[in-house]
Amino acid sequence: MSTEPLWEIFVRSRRGLSHIHVGSLHAPYAEMAVRNAGDVYTRRQEGGSICVVPAGAITASSPDEKDSFFDPAGDKVYRHPTFYDIPDEVRHL
Amino acid sequence: MNSTETDPREAAFQDLIDADGRVEPRDWMPDDYRRSLVRQIAQHAHSEIIGMQPEGNWITRAPSLRRKAILMAKVQDEAGHGLYLYAAAETLGVSRDELLDLLHAGKQKYSSIFNYPTLTWADMGAIGWLVDGAAITNQVPLCRCSYGPYARGMVRICKEESFHQRQGFESLLTLCRGTPAQRAMAQDALDRWWYPSLAMFGPPDGESTHTGTSMAWGIKRFSNDELRQKFVDMTVPQSHVLGLTIPDPELRWNDDRGHYDFTPPDWDELRRVISGDGPCNRQRMEHRVAAHAGGEWVREAAAAYAAKRRAAEATA
Repeated sequence: MSTEPLWEIFVRSRRGLSHIHVGSLHAPYAEMAVRNAGDVYTRRQEGGSICVVPAGAITASSPDEKDSFFDPAGDKVYRHPTFYDIPDEVRHL
Repeated sequence: MNSTETDPREAAFQDLIDADGRVEPRDWMPDDYRRSLVRQIAQHAHSEIIGMQPEGNWITRAPSLRRKAILMAKVQDEAGHGLYLYAAAETLGVSRDELLDLLHAGKQKYSSIFNYPTLTWADMGAIGWLVDGAAITNQVPLCRCSYGPYARGMVRICKEESFHQRQGFESLLTLCRGTPAQRAMAQDALDRWWYPSLAMFGPPDGESTHTGTSMAWGIKRFSNDELRQKFVDMTVPQSHVLGLTIPDPELRWNDDRGHYDFTPPDWDELRRVISGDGPCNRQRMEHRVAAHAGGEWVREAAAAYAAKRRAAEATA
């Protein structure tokens, strides 16, 4: 038989935090992916919420395109607060 | 050879490795690096799931509900570890089905240790203490392996293995503090598992086929002999707490080296067990194949249900 679809698994450890990628697994459909993810990735109370995404639905930048994607940020250090010199006596800034 | 040496992608790859960077699935990598990783990760994944069998053997006969619950949790962990590792291997462009087929056809290997039988309850303690102890010694450096998905899987696995080793030690300690018969059973387990555990680190450095390239590529961080020594140095003092005797008359502290001297395992035996002639090779494989075939109807039913749902969604 053909391989079951691959799902990327995201777990949120508690409310107020974001879901974080923990790994992947194969399952025939979404609900079973959630159920299996519970068995595989939360055996030690690592999370209270699981989110699954079909791996094929993810589009990502490629490492080869690194420069065209991220270079524009390289020469814009003025985007960081530490770029600015402020006299020591100025408070709450 | 010259063509690969001048390949700028290979130079960039080696620079990344030398700078202790991590390789991710979509990066370019040399074919041999990919092949080497697939071989190692698959063998590791197979070991996790075959490793469920020797311990699964004792679940129904655990001496208390507490020990039974612990053993079931441990065996379940091994299944999970197998899954993390198959998933890591799949990022290299192979499928889990393909790897399982290779295992079932005897074309990929698993750790030699799981071809030994678990004869008494004390073996559960000895496996946790020694086999998982040796596995941890091997695996902790793999958390810094140059291939990102493998390293991340190992971080999860190492966290869970710590429970495995501690429960094993505690179980043995309970026997060692029990009746003379229980102490004798614990000693017998150590006698049988000591050398096979030492053999888990693989052949001596001079005879290891993969160590050189694996180290140059940052897949392995220490040689087989270095890891074996580290394991012995760690384990001998633990045996004193148990009050058990390691079955090696040559075992003694060497002040000059700052390590224990010890008798290496029987390499001929290791070769025999790896090549299929261990006490349980055939049994392990038959059980594995039967379990896989026996689960086929479940996978078929799940796939049929998924197809039915897709059809219903399409017409809705």
